[in-house]
Amino acid sequence: MKRRNFIQQTAATTALVTLGGLGLQSFTASKTKKITILHTNDVHSHIDPFGPNDARNANKGGVARRASLIESIRNENPNTLLLDAGDIFQGTPYFNYYGGELEFKLMSMLKYDAATIGNHDFDNGIDGLFAQLPHAKFEFVSANYDFSNTIMDTHVKPYKIFNKNGIKIGVFGLGIELEGLVLKKLFKETKYIDPIEISQDITRVLKEDKNCDLIICLSHLGYHYRNEPEIISDLKLAKATKNIDLIIGGHTHTFLPKPTIEKNIENKNVLVNQVGCYGLYLGKIDFYFDSKKNKTAEGASIIV
Amino acid sequence: MNYKYFILGGLICFLSSCKQEIHLTKIEGKRIEINDALSSDKAVEEYIKPYRKHIDNDLDSVLAYSTDTYSKTNGNLNTAIGNFMADAVFELSNPVFKSRTGNDIDMVLLNHGGIRSILSKGNITSRTAYEIMPFNNSVVVAELKGNYIKDLISYLQNSKRAHPISKLNIKLDSNFELIEATINKESIDVNRTYYVATNDYLYNGGGGMTFFKKSDSLYDLGYRIRNLLIDYFKKVDTLSPVIDDRFIQIK
Repeated sequence: MKRRNFIQQTAATTALVTLGGLGLQSFTASKTKKITILHTNDVHSHIDPFGPNDARNANKGGVARRASLIESIRNENPNTLLLDAGDIFQGTPYFNYYGGELEFKLMSMLKYDAATIGNHDFDNGIDGLFAQLPHAKFEFVSANYDFSNTIMDTHVKPYKIFNKNGIKIGVFGLGIELEGLVLKKLFKETKYIDPIEISQDITRVLKEDKNCDLIICLSHLGYHYRNEPEIISDLKLAKATKNIDLIIGGHTHTFLPKPTIEKNIENKNVLVNQVGCYGLYLGKIDFYFDSKKNKTAEGASIIV
Repeated sequence: MNYKYFILGGLICFLSSCKQEIHLTKIEGKRIEINDALSSDKAVEEYIKPYRKHIDNDLDSVLAYSTDTYSKTNGNLNTAIGNFMADAVFELSNPVFKSRTGNDIDMVLLNHGGIRSILSKGNITSRTAYEIMPFNNSVVVAELKGNYIKDLISYLQNSKRAHPISKLNIKLDSNFELIEATINKESIDVNRTYYVATNDYLYNGGGGMTFFKKSDSLYDLGYRIRNLLIDYFKKVDTLSPVIDDRFIQIK
């Protein structure tokens, strides 16, 4: 009897959430919702774990292990997003033999939700990337690559909005300047747009027009360039923009033991994270939402 | 039952459009190491297996034999492994270039840093080619005027490193001053155009080889160096390259 009532209650709640566009749970004063963001970057075709004799990463990494870890986290919290910040391709013979097919197929098996495009994802040319798209059952997001004069046109969206348990999560992508880094014959007519300017536009759309509760940037710009501080990086982006809650980075293969907390242009906190490379780590950020009316002035507490 | 009140409350809320905002209250962040303490997902593992098997079979089939172990650190201004690479690039690229353009490659220049592994004594497989050349760079042929060949030679003089070359001979004195430089055993004609085979990375200024910017035109063979090495291993039975006199210093 208890169970039946519970199911009825749940069903009624769900219906109302859909109907009203606002949480019934939110009416019950202090119901907490948890969103888990899992992320990788610069996996570089590292499908198998490193062998026992590897000098640096012995017995670390491996897609099959990552799969079981992700599954256990999803079982714990179904409101989970799995994201990748680019450079999926290049680094083992898997890429040379299959051109990224297996990488995309496995990411689809692991139910990745979105990825952005790294410079090495152009290594078989923009045509090589395009050819593998049918194997990817997840979205590619990039706001600052203009693909309109390329074969990738319409296949990459600037952002994607996910709805998890009534929480709207906007995820947009940023890529690195390709000129001088990737051969022109590979990236062809892909145009690079200034990341800060486009981020200001996109975050405004996501926050004001789309009413996102959480905004995540998938960036392949690189964490920070100590010797060339004028180059755009994740830390610079965090400081120069607003409304971004989390920047998931890549490119510089930076192993951050914990996320960096940066202040944005409005002096609000932005988390910047990156988990090195080769699938050696999985990043996990949990966001807790509350529907209490009295919002705390300090904003969210951050435990890293 | 309580749920009826929930529904009622929800409906009142809905009809009166009372705005309940959602607030971010707490963030927790960490990283989790992927290591052998985690179990492997069976379905994923099974899915990878045939791909891995195909690659292993292909990479590990024996193509040739190396009579010794050759390292890029073994040699002063030229090394056995570098000589083999540059000569292989000439031997396999020239017929392709000639058939497409009617011209011959005059010389080859690669870079010392581009030799990414040793060539071990014993069986040579495709895996060897992946180890020596993991990058996807391909052979390009640049047209360079003789006067810019002089810049190329100055680069080699200044770098004092065993950048792999073929068909080019350089003799330096004890102060690294040029005694003699020849291409195909002939002295360099400043007015002649030379066809220099290299890779696309170096042609685009990689390794500081800025003299390639002076190139009049470029022919991209689209032939990956790694595939070229694999083809070379298939062609020869035994590799026993030597350090020779193509780039030397007379002390």
